[in-house]
Amino acid sequence: MSRPIVIVGAGLAGLSAALAAAENGIKAKLVSELPSERAQSVMAEGGINAALNTKGEGDSTEQHFADTIAAACGLAAPNAVRGLVEAAPDIVRRLLSLGVQFNMSGFDDIDLRNFGGQRKKRTAFAQSDTGKQIMAAMIDEVRKYEAKGLVERYSHHAFMTLLLRDSVCCGCAVRDCYTGELVPLDGGAVIVATGGMHGLFGNTTGSLLNTGAAAAELFRLGVPIANAEFIQYHPTTAEHGGKRFLISEAARGEGGRLFVMRGGKPWYFMEEKYPEFGNLMPRDIVSREVWEHGKSAQVFLDMREIPSEVMKKKLSGIIDDCIAYLRIDPQKEPLPISPGIHYFMGGIQVDGRHRTVFPGLYAAGECCCQYHGANRLGGNSLLGAIYGGAIAANSAMDELSDSAKTTMPALPGAAAPQEALNKLNSVMQSSLGIVRDRETLVAGLAELEGMPGNLPLLGRAVLMSAVRREESRGGHFRSDFPERDDDRFLRATVARFDGSRITVSFEKIQEGR
Amino acid sequence: MAFTVKIKRQENAESESYWQSFLCDGNADMSVAAVLNEMNRRVPLIDADGSGADPVAWECGCLVRKCGACAMRINGLPRLACNTFLRDLKDGAATIEPLSKFPLVRDLVVDRGIVFNNLKTLNLWLDGEAHMSDWTHELRYQSAKCLMCGCCLEVCPNFSPGGDFAGAVAAISGFRVFDQSHQSKHLGEVAAAYRKRYFEGCGRSLSCHDICPIGLPVEELMVRSNAAAVWGR
Repeated sequence: MSRPIVIVGAGLAGLSAALAAAENGIKAKLVSELPSERAQSVMAEGGINAALNTKGEGDSTEQHFADTIAAACGLAAPNAVRGLVEAAPDIVRRLLSLGVQFNMSGFDDIDLRNFGGQRKKRTAFAQSDTGKQIMAAMIDEVRKYEAKGLVERYSHHAFMTLLLRDSVCCGCAVRDCYTGELVPLDGGAVIVATGGMHGLFGNTTGSLLNTGAAAAELFRLGVPIANAEFIQYHPTTAEHGGKRFLISEAARGEGGRLFVMRGGKPWYFMEEKYPEFGNLMPRDIVSREVWEHGKSAQVFLDMREIPSEVMKKKLSGIIDDCIAYLRIDPQKEPLPISPGIHYFMGGIQVDGRHRTVFPGLYAAGECCCQYHGANRLGGNSLLGAIYGGAIAANSAMDELSDSAKTTMPALPGAAAPQEALNKLNSVMQSSLGIVRDRETLVAGLAELEGMPGNLPLLGRAVLMSAVRREESRGGHFRSDFPERDDDRFLRATVARFDGSRITVSFEKIQEGR
Repeated sequence: MAFTVKIKRQENAESESYWQSFLCDGNADMSVAAVLNEMNRRVPLIDADGSGADPVAWECGCLVRKCGACAMRINGLPRLACNTFLRDLKDGAATIEPLSKFPLVRDLVVDRGIVFNNLKTLNLWLDGEAHMSDWTHELRYQSAKCLMCGCCLEVCPNFSPGGDFAGAVAAISGFRVFDQSHQSKHLGEVAAAYRKRYFEGCGRSLSCHDICPIGLPVEELMVRSNAAAVWGR
């Protein structure tokens, strides 16, 4: 009997990993602080990319590959992206067979919409709740294996630290959030799928549950973090109650337009400057344009020209949410918007098979650095979570260790107190804006100097990565180095902690086959 | 605007509960969840009487009514804190308690594990490929939207966490299983379990229908699940 795989995080990547393991008869222990229904994956709105070519536009996985690589500005590993895009059509068809309520068109075809940075209609969607609809079907499917005993849930348990023997991962220690008890979980492998490091910033479009605490503990233990400075600002967000409220890219995919007022008339600046893609340029570019125009005027998202039938069938939730949270009906008035932090392209460094530097430790989903390079295409995150989770589980099963049980670990790194967290959030927000420069980054680093705890340590690694990348590329724009510099920086940024200090180096991107 | 938040607090399941009030200042469009987040970021957190207070334990994720974590009783009714706005509260005051039907963990945190366990013991999953009819697409979509927040169970006169009755969650989630399954042994088992654990226990008060914080068509899903499980339609 093989030892179980411990999966930390029960969002889409974690569920995908659990399913891949259970379908192969390997037991998965699925750890999460809250049930899967609460995971950030349910917040994904716009859709999932796959070159299904149901719209007669001659789409292909080759084109999906080219668009993903182009948006990533040279930093995505070609082989990994190749695997992702080639698996995508089957993944989406599988989701349909699991009962995901994708919008359909024509005769039993999955409908596809336009999304940023993509030349063809390639984004499958379930109205504007794609993440939630996919999660519901995946949860139903995993439940089947829970009943069979192949997936064992550790609900209300939080990751604390790894169980290591000579740098080989043999499980992890989790804490029961209800009783406070520390529980060791023995495993032949551990897959971390804990989401992006939104908690470093506090005010993003992401879930408040995605604190970054697990990634920070792994970093403290010596697991490198890659491309941490590549943070995706979503172009269309709004402030609500101390958090960024997201208006899905689907709004522009279905015809929404960005404008500022100029000379008493709306000026659709994206359409003028980028005639081919218009409002649907990749997010890094749209966000920078919105930021730039927003310096002197309010930028609006105009959805008034979208036909009410499209609103009702393809964007249903967006109207209600805008009315409830922003008190604006987007069918009647344009929405004032500004960019907000949305996604972390960087994270735990993994290879093409989602292995970390510690044997037996894998990472998948937003917490890891894979597929998206310097900038992620909308619609590739749900895909990356499902595909990456399955690849991680397959790798783990191939390499499942059967070494002896371990003892309880040394104490995990300290959590930062609230006061430190508030300060960390404010420093990260002010230092890592859409446009950065050495001065503000170094000032931010100085403020975090000496601050105890795991999260400030991870925060320093992110800032140091941003300082060292003296160029502008994708989600990282330096006003003091506004040009892309392939000679020095067509490489992955890798931050490491050796127990006393953080070092940042640049490593070659694996070449494509 | 200034307002008061009165919170029922309890260290753990065994300890005595007590009420603690906090003064807040914010705009009328803030949600109760935004207020709780703002309070917990205060250092130090001081209550309305000027005494120091521990951060309030509660569950919260998306803040935009997509995850169901923040269900609690606000001014007597179960609601999502992220979808309850100060503008909607009478007299600028909010009285907040944990959901009462579930075992208390701490402050506003309750153990809703029974909700998920019920779905498991009802065998709610598809045994083969989803059979998707165009006609019921929208209803299946609504079925899959359920947040599992527990508000419908909180107001249900028939549901108790120790009992066998699974409540409206079973009817809502059951619909997409009934609707997408082919005739099979598994479907028969689900229907039998559903009849026993839902249909026979439901008193048809329909309190679940109005309380749903995201406005799911609970009654229609229930009628259709009943039709499928009881009359095979």
